[in-house]
Amino acid sequence: MGIVNDVLDDGIGGIAHNVITAKLEDLVNWSRSRSSWPASFGLACCAIEMMATGAAHYDISRFGMEVFRASPRQADIMIVAGRVSQKMAPVLRQVYDQMMEPKWVISMGVCASSGGMFNNYAIVQGVDQIVPVDVYAPGCPPTPETLIHAIETLHGLIENEEILKRRAVSGAGANIHVEHIDATSTPVLLGMKS
Amino acid sequence: MSDDAASSNATQEADAADAAAQPTLHGCPVTDSNGQEVIHASAAQYLDVVKALADEGYIMCIDLCGIDYLEFMDRVLPADIEPQRFEVVVNLLDMAHRRRTRLRVQVPEADPTVASLFEIYPGTEAMEREAYDMFGILFADHPDLTRILMPEDWEGHPLRKDYDVGRIPVQFKVANA
Amino acid sequence: MSTTEEKLTGQKAGAAVEAEAVEEVLEPSIGEVASTDHLGTNYHLFVAGTDEGDQKLKPRSQTTARELLREVGSVLRMSEADAANLGELPDDPEEDQTMIINMGPQHPSTHGVLRLMLELQGETVLRCKPIIGYLHTGMEKTAEQLTFMQGGTNVTRMDYLSPLNNELVFSMATEKLLGIDGDIPDRAVWIRMLLSELNRMSSHLLFMATNGMDLGAVSMMIYGWREREEVLRFFQEVTGLRMNHNYIRPGGLAADLPAGWRDGVLRILDLLPPRLDEYDILMTGQPIWRERLQGVGVITPREALALGATGPILRSTGVEWDLRRDQSYLHYDELEFDVVVGSYGDAFDRYAIRLAEIRESMVLVRQILERIPEGDYRIQNKKVTPPPRARIDESMEALIHHFKIFTEGFKVPEGEVYLGIESPRGEIGCYIASDGGPNPYRLHMRDPSFVNIQCLPHMMRGGLVADAVAIISSVDPVLGGVDR
Repeated sequence: MGIVNDVLDDGIGGIAHNVITAKLEDLVNWSRSRSSWPASFGLACCAIEMMATGAAHYDISRFGMEVFRASPRQADIMIVAGRVSQKMAPVLRQVYDQMMEPKWVISMGVCASSGGMFNNYAIVQGVDQIVPVDVYAPGCPPTPETLIHAIETLHGLIENEEILKRRAVSGAGANIHVEHIDATSTPVLLGMKS
Repeated sequence: MSDDAASSNATQEADAADAAAQPTLHGCPVTDSNGQEVIHASAAQYLDVVKALADEGYIMCIDLCGIDYLEFMDRVLPADIEPQRFEVVVNLLDMAHRRRTRLRVQVPEADPTVASLFEIYPGTEAMEREAYDMFGILFADHPDLTRILMPEDWEGHPLRKDYDVGRIPVQFKVANA
Repeated sequence: MSTTEEKLTGQKAGAAVEAEAVEEVLEPSIGEVASTDHLGTNYHLFVAGTDEGDQKLKPRSQTTARELLREVGSVLRMSEADAANLGELPDDPEEDQTMIINMGPQHPSTHGVLRLMLELQGETVLRCKPIIGYLHTGMEKTAEQLTFMQGGTNVTRMDYLSPLNNELVFSMATEKLLGIDGDIPDRAVWIRMLLSELNRMSSHLLFMATNGMDLGAVSMMIYGWREREEVLRFFQEVTGLRMNHNYIRPGGLAADLPAGWRDGVLRILDLLPPRLDEYDILMTGQPIWRERLQGVGVITPREALALGATGPILRSTGVEWDLRRDQSYLHYDELEFDVVVGSYGDAFDRYAIRLAEIRESMVLVRQILERIPEGDYRIQNKKVTPPPRARIDESMEALIHHFKIFTEGFKVPEGEVYLGIESPRGEIGCYIASDGGPNPYRLHMRDPSFVNIQCLPHMMRGGLVADAVAIISSVDPVLGGVDR
């Protein structure tokens, strides 16, 4: 995409910067990052951890993301959670194509990022062969903390427009790799009166 | 001369004794595999043996799978069973008597067809489709013998030993700063 | 018939009764289930109440698929290519059109990437075809490249909601081939049982959550996951991971239980019962819930047996079959627990069975807690289990053994074995053929969901499309195991 210059070609981003429009652009980015709805693309074990992240204990609702839209037309982020088989690859591409711009992709787990432990005939060795990936979250499965870290990284990039620059550089996705965060085992007792 | 005759008689007696000692069930040799009963049926006897076992009380077919013995042709089998490239292994369960049995059928590569168990155990429909998909073993009279795990237009049978795993070479690079 | 009379007069033992009863097992009548025989010796599944003469059912070998299944026509046998071309066929306005629609593979309610082709007449489902393979991972092929020690990492990702059960059956099958299955230390066996039961609880809690959400009780999703987190926390303390643990290995376990583990288990056991009672209030007694599940997705015992269904599906039809009791493994024969059985074979029964099984698992866990002995957590067979890390510094032999086990792998004698255990979804079985090398020559996992999915067309026939979601949910398939 690159630097936007003309409102006729580039929409709201094309309004030449002044105080008012700069604030408007910030507002748009701020709201995009705070309210990005994921398309549910849970495939395998990572989907379980993704659902756990959406549940009460880890709660991605605080980041505006608990609404997993079934219809890709209503979704902003596609979290590819799980191993993508040869049969599933065209389906993945079709769902990605149906999403409306702006759209982002998080590749969750090692199977989605690189094929994982399954280096064989049946698994696509990384979904970046099919869709442009913005953030790779490692782990097998990634702990909910890692997934939240990946989501928040993506949100940060959306908010400060880093993601557009990175996409321009790579020609495809933003290619951010996050670190895996181990799960904490300190119990947080929900609903129990201590 | 008489020694030879005597020794050859002895061998024949030993063979006969062996043959008599080999237990059979429904006309097929039975062996013991780690404490589990295994019935070795020929492809021709297969369906009849399964029907007989179903009558005996083996009410559920737990599992049906294929094996490609291309790299292990010298496996141990009863004397009158000729090893072939493929095997179909069927596990049956008798709930009333709480016993299980296993059936192994040799399937030649040249004509990999066996009878389908669908009529007796409809639950084998998906299992036989998987054996067909992964090995290319054909099941006669199966209602819908199509690929189940691989895409319909896939070529090749992945679990055969001469089908490559499909690894891609992995390069380990130092992460960029 | 004489047996009935004897039963009514409250009966005496006799070989005649036993012989008749055994014969009757082979000629069941539909839907009649006997409770445990008063003799306590033979266990009868079906008792024919009357002699049906010419209408008597034929022996099993002559009973065709048509008779076993209510409608063989439940299954839509159409290839995917044909289904894709349906739109191009000219419409015949005179034909009473049935519609073939596609549900999935990406769908919020199909429990993973299950695709269903449904043939509808209006809202009624006539035929159905489940299409699987969207998660096919080639795990059985990968297993041939991995050693038996590494096999657990592969197998655990098949049925990813009960990973410890997958590892358990694989390890047990390997141990049987090695010939060490009788020598596994007691402590390891009891810990395996503990983990297996906790896994059952976490899997059924997830079922509660997803079943609730699929039927519209969205808050149930949150409650189920909240409880599941507690169990996963315990797993993380013990095995290091929340899922896909690779903890149960051939020879025993990967490591001993950490200090303070008992408190973790007791906390779960204290936390859950009031929450399960909440579920009863939210769902079990609630009229909407009952309306949506009772009578939906009915399957008869005969069909379930013919299709090879096991686990809660088979038990919901009234067949009392639970491998923990009927073909006992580990030390389950020393514990007292109930096998929960339904009567109608509908979705409500399956829900109720799983809820009750959570409670039964808690009963089992309490008994196991009292019984875990001290001892080794793995067999001390140098060829199979790696030495403790400290020994590697001291002993050259230990170093060599460690090296060989982790690089080459231990060799397993030639042979083949099949072992089945009771996973939350039914019987999970592991068939291993070994050629004497360090890798399995052939590993085949008999996954319960792979076989249970065959029940879907028969459950859906005649029902409404809206019930399709409820039915899939009640079967509780895990596509990782289905596709492997």
